Amino acid sequence: MAEVTYLEGIRQAMLEEMERDPNVFLMGEDIGAYGGAFKATEGLLEKFGESRVIDTPISEAGFVGAAAGAAHMGMRPVVEMQFIDFISCAYDMLTNYVATARYRAFLPCPMVVRGPSGGYVRGGPFHSQNPEAAFLHTPGLKIVYPSSAADAKGLLKSAIRDEDCVLFFEHKYLYRRIKEEMPQGDHLVPIGEAKVVRPGKHLSIITYAATVWKSLEAAEQLAKEDGIEVEVLDLRSLLPMDEEAIVRTVKKTNRVLVVHEDTVTGGIAGEITAKINELCFEWLDAPVRRVAAHDIPLPYAPPLEDFVLPQTSDIVRAARWVAAY
Amino acid sequence: MTPTSSPAKAAKTPPAGLSRDQLLELYYWMRLTRTLEERLVALYRQTKVVGGLFRSLGQEADAVGSAFALDKQAGDILSPLIRNLGSMLVRGATPVEVLKQYMAKGDSPTRGRELNIHFGGPERGFIGQISHLGDMVPVMAGVTLTFKMRKEKRVGLVYVGDGATSTGAFHEGLNFAAVQQCPLVCIVENNKYAYSTPTRKMTAAKRFMDKAIGYGIPGVEADGNDVLAVYEVTKAAVERARQGGGPTLVELHTFRRKGHAEHDNQSYVKPGEIEEWAEKNDPLDRSIKTLTTDYGFAMDQLTAIDAKVVAEVDAATDEAEKSGPPEPRDALNGIYADPPVAPVLWYREGIRAAVDKNERAQGWGTYNG
Repeated sequence: MAEVTYLEGIRQAMLEEMERDPNVFLMGEDIGAYGGAFKATEGLLEKFGESRVIDTPISEAGFVGAAAGAAHMGMRPVVEMQFIDFISCAYDMLTNYVATARYRAFLPCPMVVRGPSGGYVRGGPFHSQNPEAAFLHTPGLKIVYPSSAADAKGLLKSAIRDEDCVLFFEHKYLYRRIKEEMPQGDHLVPIGEAKVVRPGKHLSIITYAATVWKSLEAAEQLAKEDGIEVEVLDLRSLLPMDEEAIVRTVKKTNRVLVVHEDTVTGGIAGEITAKINELCFEWLDAPVRRVAAHDIPLPYAPPLEDFVLPQTSDIVRAARWVAAY
Repeated sequence: MTPTSSPAKAAKTPPAGLSRDQLLELYYWMRLTRTLEERLVALYRQTKVVGGLFRSLGQEADAVGSAFALDKQAGDILSPLIRNLGSMLVRGATPVEVLKQYMAKGDSPTRGRELNIHFGGPERGFIGQISHLGDMVPVMAGVTLTFKMRKEKRVGLVYVGDGATSTGAFHEGLNFAAVQQCPLVCIVENNKYAYSTPTRKMTAAKRFMDKAIGYGIPGVEADGNDVLAVYEVTKAAVERARQGGGPTLVELHTFRRKGHAEHDNQSYVKPGEIEEWAEKNDPLDRSIKTLTTDYGFAMDQLTAIDAKVVAEVDAATDEAEKSGPPEPRDALNGIYADPPVAPVLWYREGIRAAVDKNERAQGWGTYNG
């Protein structure tokens, strides 16, 4: 069986959900004839036509708002941010209108906002962002950020079927770099469930998205060079967050490193650390430490970007510190 | 004057296919809007209205006449602004729910979650607005995009004020609707002030209707204080949308005779301006004059409507006042479909209410050791 890329997993998820449910439709910039900036929607215009694959004007607030209106009417819009950096243009619509709709007005808003996220690609300040933490603070939204092709597909299909708005972050570094055999049939991954991607007993790394792979590299190195057996927990969903899985790994290893690509201050690692403090403080043998990006807009030049973003070697150094505490 | 309900000999034919009964109905909705708001003022002064109170005094014709141009049977949907109580009443909002909503009752339309007239749902023919001006334009573009996708002959109507036309959401939403040829009518209620900011500080355009050119859609205007003119211009735009002609921008000229909300003393308004509009251009006075002079209705027919409206508002007030506040813990329900209830914070576990008695000003930041 042929292996499938992360990007193809995402395309398959949209294709299958559009075949399954006529209410599912796509909106975004250049997603039709061009197939999207990264080709996530390639071939879908030909298959489903212009009424279900809508090329929009450059107006994120406009088409996110339109998605909300369509969702109220029973449609299942999936909108693409050409780069997730542009989701900030729809911040008002998402946080004030969409996120509150069910609560304040009993208006369901089942919709997905998805798009290429993240750095390590020399994209500079406006094509590399990880703005997930900006939405973690908004009750009413759900946030998903997968690290594998199968999870990308299964979680996107679940997101499209979810009754609420799901922000679906896709890591563009992973789009074509990772492949795996895709589970057969109607492959769904539930939102809100983390996954242990490498079991271990000495230390837990809690992470998500591209840094899952960097953490796995670090774990491999630590096993070989230090004999430290690292458990890597891939959160997959950030809102809701799988607190049980977090507590389980803390109780197992008693030492935690939280790793993410987003900037450190106000990042999700702080929230995870607070949860651990509140839920299982007495199980810790060392302080929870964070490895994340410096608080800098992501620069373009390779030596600069590499310095700002967390690297495998950073994770190794930090893990040794936590393990030795 | 001898009361009579039969038309005088010289009565004109109502415009735009309206029946004589519908002329009275328009008057009824405008009177209901005004009387209900006056009742809300009384309740506000009794501190029974929890939040701010927003009046549409002087704008009743633009709200009622435009909403009346939609078709209930067809399933048309509008999204009101804060001065469109009249539009919502026409579409089926009831005085008792408006009163409960303002008084933050537990069985109000939003169960105490939202304020004033921010409520509704597609099945009711009106979708509640949020406070961020202009945001409803993209949302209604999406609602009407759905009508188009499903090949339904339904129309949407969205209201913005002169102020909201400056927002990005207005532009993005109207542009989207125009490109997609959504069956959407966008009404700009030009009431001359956005809070305290006059129109000349809001736009350099001479007329809001001229903005339509930039979207490639028709722009039209009407006297917003003439309910029949409002109906006529909106009806034409609605039918155009229904026939697949796409969006229309409609500018209605009116004047906001009260402040942004009840607390606002309108010190920024030119002396005499409010009085002049009240005296010469009150939509209800004008309607009474037209109905009696042009359409031959007797004054007693209109005063009978006035009396009926007062009785309805009295009954609604009695009913609304009977309801209690929401159960405190209902605050945690319904942010998501799943999970249906948000977890209570650890220090509130087993506690029904945050405080026995609502903490008011004397309880806030007044600790003095």
